Amino acid sequence: MHHTTVLLIEIGALLFGLGMLGRAGRRFGLSPIPLYLLAGLAFGQGGLVPLSASKEFIAIGAQIGVILLLVMLGLEYSADELVGNLRSAAPAGVIDMLLNALPGALFALLLGWDLKAALVLAGITWVSSSGVIAKVLGDLGRLGNRETPVILSVLVIEDLAMALYLPIVTAVLANVGLVGGFSTLGVAVVTVVAVLVVAIRYGGTISRLMSVKDPEALLLSVLGLTLFVAGVAAELQVSEAVGAFLVGIALSGPVAHHATQMLSPLRDLFAAVFFVFFGLSTDPADVPPVLLPALGLAVLTMLTKVATGYLAARRAGTALPGRLRAGLALTPRGEFSVVIAGLAVASGVQPRLAPLATAYVLITVVSGPMLARLPDYAWFKKLVRRRMAAQRSTAEPVPTVE
Amino acid sequence: MRVRVEQTPLPGIGVRHDLVTSSGRTVGVVSHRNGRRDLVLYDVDDPDACLASIPLTDGEAEALADVLGASLMLGQLAGLRQQAAGLLTEQIALPAGSPFVGRRLGDTRARTRTRASIVAVLRDREVIASPGPAFLFEANDVVVAVGTREGLDGVTAILAGDTDG
Repeated sequence: MHHTTVLLIEIGALLFGLGMLGRAGRRFGLSPIPLYLLAGLAFGQGGLVPLSASKEFIAIGAQIGVILLLVMLGLEYSADELVGNLRSAAPAGVIDMLLNALPGALFALLLGWDLKAALVLAGITWVSSSGVIAKVLGDLGRLGNRETPVILSVLVIEDLAMALYLPIVTAVLANVGLVGGFSTLGVAVVTVVAVLVVAIRYGGTISRLMSVKDPEALLLSVLGLTLFVAGVAAELQVSEAVGAFLVGIALSGPVAHHATQMLSPLRDLFAAVFFVFFGLSTDPADVPPVLLPALGLAVLTMLTKVATGYLAARRAGTALPGRLRAGLALTPRGEFSVVIAGLAVASGVQPRLAPLATAYVLITVVSGPMLARLPDYAWFKKLVRRRMAAQRSTAEPVPTVE
Repeated sequence: MRVRVEQTPLPGIGVRHDLVTSSGRTVGVVSHRNGRRDLVLYDVDDPDACLASIPLTDGEAEALADVLGASLMLGQLAGLRQQAAGLLTEQIALPAGSPFVGRRLGDTRARTRTRASIVAVLRDREVIASPGPAFLFEANDVVVAVGTREGLDGVTAILAGDTDG
């Protein structure tokens, strides 16, 4: 058979299979991410059916997938929101980083891995999945809840922190050394700040450049600009993901709204390819040995995420049930963790990292949404109410103020 | 008293407006950036959590706003938007136990006693403008009256049967 025909057959069968998987998963309220990862594990090296002809296509598609994931993430926020949020939510962001990045780093060192791997694992355990969490909050009808702004601002800080973290990891993994690392970080900081300033001051002008009236031109110009900036950012060692994220932030208003609508199907397509690609590059035979450590890490970091949400919501003056809801909602990890792990895999650091990250994301992304549902059960509410009553009876009687 | 509406930004989603009613319940609206909006009602036991989140289409939201803001609309219809200082328009619901259910408007002697005028009656989403003294009240009628603050309070008291007439 001709090479292109094989490619078409492979890609077609793969996408169709993913579609069926996603449909089956939705029936159980599962996010499609773990299913795509499993599908990736099943194919490729050491898997059931090796995909050979489409390897190159999938590799490029996966890169576009990362870029689209990040530009869409950027489109969700306006620059004002990011900067405004930074001041009020910075303490929560710092707690989040300390409680969740450190366990990952320590865990990697405990496994006897080097500092590079520790840095990568810290990132994997640090960031929650804004996509999964926003969807879960919407599905559970919690967008109006008092703790929801707290959860969202932790996510915003995480996403913004990634704009600084990713270039550092990219530089460290590329072995540029201390001086090179610092200059990369400098470039990254300057770029991020410059984009934020330009987006706040001239976001309207940039957006006016692209007309909403012509959907085709808008699609091409937004996609083109994103890929171009992502490429330039990668060339500067700032990581293409950050470049794409910044383009998303710079666009605002109706242009951002329409671009979101138009890019969504493309993102769905290529993000699926990305998750499959990540699964593909992991040998399923490597997963069982790391399953137990992954489970331990997942339990540990889920607990620290609950603590993060609890503390952040307490700062915002939310009562105990709301604090627990915030904590439990923050537990799933997802696309960002896979993006970070993907970087590490591409640069060939610690071979056991990829299977560990796969298992870790599989565990958290499946159990996270289930944990988020926990506070809605009657027995859980009863338990919390009893606990609050116990607290109240031990506490000093508070004088009522009129 | 003016009601205080609190606005909370929801990064990446939109904005939430909420207000606490005088009965102590919290009601809010979550406006999504993509134009979707949800009406949210909060739990009495756990005021941090919303009990129900009801998505409203543009048309539904508009209809609800019309119903809730009917007094404003009526003010415009009557062309009486507080042209004169101290003159107010108010909607007064006829209480279920009002002595005037089934009786004539003239029996209230509202204008003579309070110097406030009943300019319209709302019944089943219909406006009955300038009802005469022979107009018969029914349960669930809403009376639109124009007058001074004291006058309107007087009409409210009369319709409630609080004054001996």
